[in-house]
Amino acid sequence: MELNYGPEYDDFRAEVRHFCETEGKKTKSGALRMGENRPSQAAIDWQGQLIEAGYTARTIPKEYGGYGGTADIVKSLIIQEEFVASGTRSGIQNQGISMLVPTLLEVGTEEQKLKYIKPTINGEMIWAQGYSEPGSGSDLASLKTKGVVEGDNFVINGQKIWTSSAQYADMCFILVRTEPEAPKHHGISYLLMDMKTTGIDIKPLVTMTGDAFFNEMFISDVKVPVTSIVGQRGEGWRVANVTLKYERGMIGNPGMSAMGIRGVADLMEEETISGIRAMDMPVYRDRLLKLQGRSLANKYHGLRLLSNEINKEGMGVEGLIVKLSATYLSHEIYSLAVDVMGEFGTLYDGSAYQRQKDWMRQYLGSFMGIIGGGTSQIQKNVISERGLGLPREPLVKLDQNGWELIKK
Amino acid sequence: MRFGLSEEQTMLSDMLNKYLVANLPLDVVRASSEQTLHHNQEIWSGLLDQGIHSILIPEDYGGAGLSMLHSEVVSETLGKHIVPVSYLSNAVLSPLAILYAGSESQKEQLLPELASGSTSFGIALTDVVANRENTKLEINGNKVSGSATFIMAGENADKLILAAPGTLLIVDTKAAGVTMERLNTVDKTRDFSAVTLKDAPCELLGEIGSADDAIEKLLNAARISIAADSLGAADAMFNQALAYSRERFQFDRPIGSFQSIKHILAEMITDLEPCRSLLWYAAYAYDEVEDEAKLVACHAKAHISEMAKHVGRATTELHGGMGFTDLLGLHFWFKRIEVNRQLLGGPELQRHNAAVAQGWAPNAITAA
Ligand SMILES: Cc1cc2nc3c(=O)[nH]c(=O)nc-3n(C[C@H](O)[C@H](O)[C@H](O)COP(=O)(O)OP(=O)(O)OC[C@H]3O[C@@H](n4cnc5c(N)ncnc54)[C@H](O)[C@@H]3O)c2cc1C
Repeated sequence: MELNYGPEYDDFRAEVRHFCETEGKKTKSGALRMGENRPSQAAIDWQGQLIEAGYTARTIPKEYGGYGGTADIVKSLIIQEEFVASGTRSGIQNQGISMLVPTLLEVGTEEQKLKYIKPTINGEMIWAQGYSEPGSGSDLASLKTKGVVEGDNFVINGQKIWTSSAQYADMCFILVRTEPEAPKHHGISYLLMDMKTTGIDIKPLVTMTGDAFFNEMFISDVKVPVTSIVGQRGEGWRVANVTLKYERGMIGNPGMSAMGIRGVADLMEEETISGIRAMDMPVYRDRLLKLQGRSLANKYHGLRLLSNEINKEGMGVEGLIVKLSATYLSHEIYSLAVDVMGEFGTLYDGSAYQRQKDWMRQYLGSFMGIIGGGTSQIQKNVISERGLGLPREPLVKLDQNGWELIKK
Repeated sequence: MRFGLSEEQTMLSDMLNKYLVANLPLDVVRASSEQTLHHNQEIWSGLLDQGIHSILIPEDYGGAGLSMLHSEVVSETLGKHIVPVSYLSNAVLSPLAILYAGSESQKEQLLPELASGSTSFGIALTDVVANRENTKLEINGNKVSGSATFIMAGENADKLILAAPGTLLIVDTKAAGVTMERLNTVDKTRDFSAVTLKDAPCELLGEIGSADDAIEKLLNAARISIAADSLGAADAMFNQALAYSRERFQFDRPIGSFQSIKHILAEMITDLEPCRSLLWYAAYAYDEVEDEAKLVACHAKAHISEMAKHVGRATTELHGGMGFTDLLGLHFWFKRIEVNRQLLGGPELQRHNAAVAQGWAPNAITAA
């Protein structure tokens, strides 16, 4: 363990704390609410301030618009702790910033990096993720949307579904089948599609929160330049998995649960039940502490993974578990908040007596993490197969004689 | 910057693991479990040769002067092998009690004896954590009367360290007025006892009422070490579950190809790996980050107790009828985890103390 909390880190902590107390208090940006539109100008300005200070996009090179700092576990920890403790808004998190940017950094061309990273991390360029289709969710590699090369373009036809932010996105990283003859995992390409291209039709889908932040996306004869491919033709599955790795890391980010614990603790210190603060009732308090234990374990686990990554020490099963662990944890944290408020926890849509923080919306929204980015069951398949080396599921076929196992 | 074990710590664990694989097969644990006294002297001597008992004793007093994280690594490895000796009492709590509460001359005399293994100690802290039998120690000059429960490794020890609120003291197990009584727990890999004292001669560690801070720190050390023991035991169970899932065939398939089994294994590892990260940090904070030490130690003990319990259940279940038998011996790990869970405060009490540490609850559960 070399965490050397030397005096320079005390200075750094003081600097971050000062920033949170001064600049942080001034910002009105507010986190993006689910279903909300593009980040507001205030959010974009705040993002700019955070990048300049090195509190977000910290390790992204300067030439791509980042802060250009070296990776430092303790500084990351300090930033996270101070932002959580002071309730300061963190930077914008979206599919472009947290998923596409690291993918481009890992496998994109120099030209793609120069063109897309800067406007994306600034919060100005919004990306949608065109993976899921009506017939291809967990079995993503069975996707059918077609891309055929005609001249300098791929011509794309098909349908995507659950496409978050597509209603306002500028760009979409999309998976299409370009080599229909190849086995399913080898026939896919990963393209960067401009959402203003003609032939894209977006139909909103309302979710259980009442918002409509994901969509059906119908694609007819949409032209995407052949240069907009990430990786090679037929290599899209590999690239898609790079993005999925970052998606699962984003969803599994332990900072979220730390913020949630902080919020529920504050709630429990305010909320009274027949005159007794929820925090003073051991039954509620024990639930909070139980969740905090897991949240802390995930926090330090995040540091361990970061350390492995920075020191290039390789990652085994311990890297695959974060999404599964974090998403059920968030669900339980928000559930506790609702329970603490009882009937009043069910108030919604800005009802009279509704508490300021919209815990019910967070509670409902927690399914986003549990289902999106590969369901918990799929996570468990990945952990047990890739992480623990257990055999894959046998394939089954249904015909008039019933189920049949397919021997490969 | 690194968040993880050093090479030296990894080597320490490998070395110990190698020794235990060679010298402590389950048969040996089982044989010890069938003796009245479960302590296995041969293994203890072997471990003395490995030098692990002096890890936490400063170099000035003949020890190795290493960190709590070194000790954590050792505790975890010993838990993995359900070792029938008390590292916790002889190498963690007793030396630290003397180090934190003892006078300079006590340190000079006793620590080298612990470092060389020439004197063995049992220790009891249960009654200052959660006193369920209304025990008391009445100290009168250099005489003590009263009783104490859940002494760890006391029966075969030369001396006992006992705790009253704010005070730590030493009595000789052979002295007049000292009556030891065996406590049989379900875990047959460790020894516990109670003691009744009638005007028994005693030696105070430091002065009366001066040991509050020492006891607080001892409890943190205990929380970390017990959690480590449980994590090691849970890890061993998980590995047995994983191995069995590949080897046991039903319906012409290894049971590890059934998704419900795969998913149980995935859940277990998802629970366990962050425990290790938490524990490493707790051990690090014990030495380096004083104001977080108690909070993370309490959480480590509570959270790991819960996760280990789940692993214990799932592993037992995954072995079918075999899991329930004495034959396979899985129950040794299960019971070790269960005793660890209760030892010096179960998860509820630990979480309560974690709440106190954050100003979320009044009154800590410690009589210290
Ligand atoms: C809020 C939200 C936002 C989303 N945003 C996007 C987006 O922006 N872009 C995008 O492309 N997609 C997005 N998705 C889609 C998401 O990735 C899929 O919903 C998810 O992968 C599951 O696919 P499915 O809905 O078709 O469910 P199905 O695959 O039909 O799954 C149904 C059930 O079967 C289980 N199941 C399926 N296969 C297996 C198996 N092999 N073993 C065990 N159980 C199995 C699943 O776990 C699930 O419980 C979003 C989803 C949500 C909820």
